[in-house]
Order: sequence, then structure tokens, then C-alpha cells
Amino acid sequence: MSRHGLRLALLYAAALLITLFLLIPVYFIFAASIGPQNSVYDFPKPLVPQNLSFDTLSFFLHYQGVPEAFKMSVEVGIIAVAVSLILGAPAGYAIARYTFPGKNVLQLIVLATRSFPVIILSIPLAVTFLSWNLYDTAPGVGLVHTAMGLPVTILITAAVFYGVPVDLEEAATTLGCTRIGAFFRISLPMALPGLAAAALFTFVGSWNEVFAASILTLQNHTLPALVLTSLNIAPLQFSFAAAVILIVPSMVFIFFIRRYLVAGWGQVTK
Amino acid sequence: MSSRVETAGAWGEEVTSSPSVPSRRRPRVEAVAPYLLLAPSVFFLSVFVVWPAIQAIHLAFEGPNNTLTSYNFYQMTHEYTFWPSVKNTLIFMVSIIPLEFCLAFSMALIINTGLRGQQFFLYVWTIPLAISDLAAGIVWLSIYTQNGYFNSILHDLGLSQYGYQFLSYQNTFSLFAVCVVAEIWRSTSLVMLILLGGLQGIPREFGEAADVFGATFWQRLWRITLPLLKPSIRVALILRTIFAIQVFAVILALVGSNLPVLGAQAYNWYHSYQNPNIAAAYSIVILVLSVLTTAFYLTVVRNKAEIAGATR
Amino acid sequence: MTKLWLSRVAIVIGVVALLLASIPRDATPAGADTAVTIYSTQFTPVDEATTFRNVILANSPASVSFVPAADSSTYFTQVESQVKSNKVQFNVLAGLQSDFEPLAADGMLQDLTPLMNKLKKRGFPQSFINLSKLGSKNKHYFIPWITATYVLGVNRRALPYLPKGAKVNKLTYDQLVAWGQNIKKKTGRAMIGFPVAGLIHRFMQGYLYPSYTKGVVRTFKSKSAVKAWQMMKKLWAVTNPQSTSYSFMQDPLLSGEVWIAWDHVARLINAASQDANDMVLVPAPRGPRGLGYMVVLGGLAIPKGAANKAAAEKVIDYLTQNTQEINILKRLAFFPATRAPIPATLDTGTWTESLAVKAQQNAKGSIPALVPVGLGAQNAAFNKVYLDTWNRILIQNQPIQSVLNDEGSIMAGLVQQAGAKCWYPDKPSKGPCPVG
Repeated sequence: MSRHGLRLALLYAAALLITLFLLIPVYFIFAASIGPQNSVYDFPKPLVPQNLSFDTLSFFLHYQGVPEAFKMSVEVGIIAVAVSLILGAPAGYAIARYTFPGKNVLQLIVLATRSFPVIILSIPLAVTFLSWNLYDTAPGVGLVHTAMGLPVTILITAAVFYGVPVDLEEAATTLGCTRIGAFFRISLPMALPGLAAAALFTFVGSWNEVFAASILTLQNHTLPALVLTSLNIAPLQFSFAAAVILIVPSMVFIFFIRRYLVAGWGQVTK
Repeated sequence: MSSRVETAGAWGEEVTSSPSVPSRRRPRVEAVAPYLLLAPSVFFLSVFVVWPAIQAIHLAFEGPNNTLTSYNFYQMTHEYTFWPSVKNTLIFMVSIIPLEFCLAFSMALIINTGLRGQQFFLYVWTIPLAISDLAAGIVWLSIYTQNGYFNSILHDLGLSQYGYQFLSYQNTFSLFAVCVVAEIWRSTSLVMLILLGGLQGIPREFGEAADVFGATFWQRLWRITLPLLKPSIRVALILRTIFAIQVFAVILALVGSNLPVLGAQAYNWYHSYQNPNIAAAYSIVILVLSVLTTAFYLTVVRNKAEIAGATR
Repeated sequence: MTKLWLSRVAIVIGVVALLLASIPRDATPAGADTAVTIYSTQFTPVDEATTFRNVILANSPASVSFVPAADSSTYFTQVESQVKSNKVQFNVLAGLQSDFEPLAADGMLQDLTPLMNKLKKRGFPQSFINLSKLGSKNKHYFIPWITATYVLGVNRRALPYLPKGAKVNKLTYDQLVAWGQNIKKKTGRAMIGFPVAGLIHRFMQGYLYPSYTKGVVRTFKSKSAVKAWQMMKKLWAVTNPQSTSYSFMQDPLLSGEVWIAWDHVARLINAASQDANDMVLVPAPRGPRGLGYMVVLGGLAIPKGAANKAAAEKVIDYLTQNTQEINILKRLAFFPATRAPIPATLDTGTWTESLAVKAQQNAKGSIPALVPVGLGAQNAAFNKVYLDTWNRILIQNQPIQSVLNDEGSIMAGLVQQAGAKCWYPDKPSKGPCPVG
């Protein structure tokens, strides 16, 4: 018993240590961004911020280019989510519901594209987009983010449709529903939460992506691209505030999709 | 043991190979249907992944007036930062992968024990998944910069008066250490998720059988869990290594040009020096490294597992 | 299950709505006819751009949006591609003379001679009026606007360590080295700073090379250049190694990480103003050939095909008025390119700046170097040659002469490709400037 107790204590200690390692830096960046503008020069820094002030955050949010970049990021994310769901959900359904020759090869190709370095894609696409009038636009970046998000969307939606019992769909078809009708009346409603999770995951990926976004834009940067290009011309507080603004929305989204993450990424393995 | 993390995908169906119910009823339509459903995705991915990849190779060999040349590669390899950036990228990769793998595996095992508060831990441990490489770089900058939190703590403890220069170019070791910690902090979640997904796919009977035979924790880990987890491990390693080869924003935000890496070089050549050809040449180097390491994992990880299987 | 799910959807939608709502709405109003967009290579740092928008543009006659360019090369390619594709989004171009030069050579700029005649009452110095011709006979392509230079920022705490016989206002590079060594010996800290992630290429092009070689391109790998780099190696040994990540020197000056720093006046002024009791600005040091320094002349131009020329000219008129010129001096540390009367009551920071700048200009044997001219799209690559030279010699400790030979051949290729003739202080050339 005491041996068991010791083990349990060790287990929790390890879990706690890991939690602290992951959380403390998040705490520090929040602390760094809610001081007055000049506190960045202070040394030593107080571990608990002394003067609460939202000057830095509000300076960042109102800096010209930031609202526009914010809007651009949201637009790009929505495009990426929409296109990857429209394309990826049927593909995920096909993988979940059918056995067909070449299925394994296709799955492998999908996974391979996910691991394809985005650095390689961005540079030729920038050149191509110039002639397609997509350079420096939300659809241009959105499509590249779709390419990055689509494989994962397919994998997550496949996992989601595995989870929707075939029997129900089958029962509906024996009761006179068409295959398509059964899909829309039975499977789709049950799959909606999972599809929403896939959508959020794509959004988070797009919201965070910086290489393609900064290569493919010039004036209309997304938020991360704007932050990256101003690293060298902005005071430290500006970057700190930017990091906080970048982190908060995706933290909330991740909270909602954490269950699906295990299933979706677990799926990658098969 | 205990309850598993509640997951959306039901692994049961998956393991027992998916039933394709209607194929016997309307064979012709049903035989074509999956291809029709997959076609848009495949088409899209070929336009936005396969084709640009071919373009990248073309761009890397493109000279003035549409001629083909290897001059871009000559210029790239003769830049004084080229070999350092190859070396740094490789060192970065080699130091990150084992550390991160061990940490992620421990995390997945801990979650999988079903300890109380597992939902809380799972959420907190996936938070970094929400954090971009750029934001992660800035987060750790606030800690490691000369006036940052780490030095403040050292100062409060009386260990340093003015703080250490962790980000100085002279201190290669600390440059690497800082970047490795930041990258591990950011990306271990992903590896953990893949491994956790794999762990939950292992039928529980295996563990129970081992318990019956009185296997120790390590024996079970080595003889049962790891071999069964092989596919997950391989995927996790491949994905992580490829992402590590592309590392760029964490380093740019944290240490700037003090630690040249391939990804940052490609970015600089495109962005700051406005030369897409040399940037493409750098991206080809990244591609070659990615392909080589993937091939390495596909052969070596399999062989090792087979050797482990043979000794069993 | 459904209830929980619904509430989750509600929360997610709420967060998205919050995100959208938190986008500040006070972004640029898109007034159709009178809106003017300025595209600028100056005032690009976040702080400066904010001041420029909020203070300098406060009373402008049109609604103006100010777009900072990432760098000179982006600026050049962006304007060229817009003018060539006839989709010009910018009404006014703000930049250095060197930014306008390649644009004018490619016929991208409008002739502003009538506007120049109208604005002559501003009292531009004749030398600036001549520069605005950009090599043409009698066309003026830009209106002179602002000037700036680079000086040393010094924390008074460093003064006790000055080497014997050295005056802080009349330093030589060797004395600067001795000063740094002295500080390091007595305090154990390297307290000199350079913006190696910032404008360091201007230090080499306008200060180090002219002071030691009286040239930039022609003397790039000369014996006197080797001497300059030998001095730099000694100086670098007493320079704060964090310098490789500094892009502005006012931050490390204010935080006390360095005591002596070279930078653009606009990137020192915060330190000089916020910490006026502790901080002084002094002229750059001199070398064996004299006191090399760089003055940048900024101007305003209008690209060909720009809409709304009348409003654009009004904005140029507005920006060159005395009030704006003096506000730019007070808030952004750039001097007027006009005869705007400098007020007697400047804040201490700006005041010491003006003294330092004057002293630098009037110093005996001063060598006013120009910003590289005629490189166009090769500008970034040309600056990279200097930056690489710096890194290879000082950081990687590679042998000086072989680095200079290496980088010199890259430079020769760039100058050749751009067809750039020599600029001051190099002796004039007929063809592309030879690297020597």
C-alpha cells in the first residue's frame, strides 16, 4: 500500500512539474504585457506585476496595421476553415465508410503532404500568386493554409465518421431513406461537433502560421506576419503584447477541441 | 486500471476494419463514390503542394532569362553562413528529438494511467499546441533576455548582479539550450497527442495479461507497449523531425541571426535580400534533409523494433 | 449531450464575436477623393510611425494614411511594380534621396518643378535643391524635407573612464578603443554598443570607411581598410556582445546595458530625452583620414500615375511647413531641410542632439559621406556585403584581408549589375564603381 502510495505521489509530482513547466512561461508573458510601457527596462523585474496597466496591450491593438492584420488573420482563417471542410469532410467520410482499392496509398499521400515543408511551398507560390493576382490577398494565404490544414481535417473527420455508428445509417436506408438522405439526417448531425473541432483546429493552425503568411503578403500582413516583420523595429513591449494577443484566442479554441485532438492525431498513426 | 480519456473517435470500429455496408447493393455507383469524394482534396493538394514543390526545384535552378543554372547553389554554398546553418539545424534536430520524445512519452503514459484530474492535465498539456512558434519565441524572450525574468530570479536569489547574457553569440551552448527549451516547450504537446492516441489504441487485454504474469512496469513498457506503439512512434518522429528541420520563427524571435538555421536563411533570402532563387535553393536543402530523415526512420525504426521482436 | 454541445457552440461563437468586436474600428477612414497614402522608408519603427501619425499628421489638409516600408528594396520593387502595372496606390512617397534616385532613373517619379517653385519660399539650401534633380538637367523629382545623421550616445557614468587627454566631443577611434578598454578593466563590463541588428551598415558606409579610407567602394579591400578593421577588432573586444541583437541603441542605453553607443539620432533621442541628466550626444569619432559622417536627406515625391495629385501636393506643402518641420525635430529628431527657425526652447535631449550634429558637421576635416547611390534593387544585397564582412571579421574571427577580398568580389558583381557609379567620398567614375 505504501509502495503504491509512493508511486502515486511520484506520478502526481511528475504531472505537476510538467504542468508548471508548461504554464509558468505563459504566466510570465502575461505579466510582461500588463505593466506600464517603460517597465520593460526594469531590472530586476518583479515576478508579480506591480502596476497593472493595459497601456501596452492597447497600444498594440491600436497601432496602425494591427486592426487590419487582425481582420486579415480572421479572414484567412475563415477561408482556410471553409475550403478545408468543404474539400476534407467528404474525403474523411470516404475513408471512414468505404473500403476501396488504393485506400492505403491515398491515406499515405495525404499524410505525406502534411509533412511537406511549407517553406518549400511558399516561395514558388509567392511567384505564382503574383501572376494570379492572389499575392498579398486573404484568399491567397487562405488557400495555402488550406493546403496545410486539409490533411489533418481529412484525418479528424475520418475519425469523427468512424465514431458515428454505421448501423443507424443502415437502418435509415432500410426505412426508405436514400444514402444521401441518411447521411444528412443521421450522420451529419451526429458528426457536427467533431467537424466543428476539425474546423477550429484548422483555424488555430492558420491563426498561428507565420512563414507562408509573411512570404505571401507585403502590405496586408496577417497578425503573426506583422509581428515577425516588426520584430526588429518594435520595442520589446510591442512584441510581448503581440504574443499575448496571439496566444489567447487559440488557447480558448484548444480548450474546446482537446477531446478530438487525441482522436484526430491518434488517427494519423493508422 | 482506470478510465481512459474520453475521445471522440471510437477506436473499436477502426481496429476491426471499417464495414462498407452498401457496396453490395449498388456496386457501380458505390465503387466510384469514394474516389469522387476524395477527388477534390487530391486535386487541391496536387495544385497547392505537389505543383509548387516542382516549381521550387525549377526556381532553385533558374538563372537570368529563363536559363537553367546551378549558380544559385554555388552562391548558397559559398555564403559563409551556409554550413553553420546546416550544422545548427542538424544539432538542433538531434538535440530536440530524443528529449522531446522522452518527455512526450512520459506525459502520454501519465495521462493514460487515468490519474485523477486527467482532463485538467490533458488541457494544460495541450495549451502549447495553441501557441505559434513565433509567439513561443517571444514568450521565452521575455524570460531569457538580459533584463528578463530568469535573470530577475537569479538576481533575487543573489546569484547574479547584472544578469547573464544567455542570448549572446559568444555563448553557443546557451543559445542552443534556450532555443531547444523553447521549442520543446512549444511542440511536445503534438508528440504527446500522437503517442496518446496510439496508447489508447492498444487493447487493454495485453496489459492485463502481462499483469497476470507479474511483469514489472519496465518489462511491460519494453516488451508490450513500445512494440505495439511502433506506428505511432514512427509517425511522431517523422513529423517532429520534419518540423524541426523547418525551425525558424522561434529562433528569429529569440536569438535573431546569432544562430543561423536553414529556415531563417530561406526567409531572409526571400524577404530581406529579395532573391527567390537562392531562397528556393535553401528550401531544396530542407526538402532533401526531410526526405533523408524520413527514409532513415522508415528503415531504422522498423529494424530496431524487429530486433526487439526477435529477442523476445 | 446536445445541451452541453449547444453551450459550447455558444461560447465559441462568443469568443469569435469578442475577437471581431475587439478589432478597433478607428482604422483608416477610406475617404475616396481626398485620402492620401504616404509610402515611406522613414519613420518605419513602431514608435516613430505612431508619433508621425498622431502628432505630425494631426492637422493635415487631407485624411492621410501612412504606410511604412519594410526596407529600401521592398520600397523600390513595390513602387516599380505598381507604376508599371498602372495600379498606383500611393499618392506621396517619402524617402531618402538614395531611395528616389533609382526610381527617377527608371522614370517612376513625376516632375515636381512647379511645386518646387511654389515652395521655394521655404528656404531649402541650394545643395538640397541640386540634389533633388537626381542627375537630371532641370527637373526636380522630390521636395527636400528632413535631414538626419548618426552620432554617439554617451551615459555620463562612462565619462570618468575617459582616457587621458581625450575629450568626449573630439574623440578618435583609438581613444574610443582605449575608453572601452578602460571601462572593461575597471568595471569588468563591456559597455560599448552597436546596432548590429539595426543600421550598422551605415556605420561602415558613412563612418568607419570614410574616416579610415576616404572611400567606400574604391577602398573596400585597401590597406587602410585593413587598418580600420584591425581597430574594429580591438573595439569589438570591449563591445557588449549583446550588440548582435540590438536594433536600436536607445533601449540598451536606457536599461544601462551599454554606456556608449553609435546610432541614428532618431534611435537615440528617447534615451537623450528621457534620461537627459545622464545622457549626452556627441559627434562620432574621427579616424586617420578625417571625421567621416553621413547625412541623410529625406524628401517627398509623387509617383507617376498617382491619383489625386492636388491633394498629394497639399500634403507635401503641409509637411514642409515650419510647424511640422519643428515638430518632427522635437518629436522625431530629424532636422528641417528648410530654413524653419529652430526654437530656443528645445528639450534637453533635442538640444544636445543639435549641438552634437553641428559639431560633427563643422569639425575640421569632416567627410560628409553619401548614402549609397544608384544601387536600386541591389541595395539590400549591397548592405548585406557590409553586414557579412562585419560578422565574418568580428564575430567569426576570419582573416581580414581574405574576407575583404571575398566580399569585395561579391560587391563588384552587385555594383556591376546595378551599373552604379561611384558616390562621395569615392572619387567619381565613368562606369560602374570599381571595387579596390
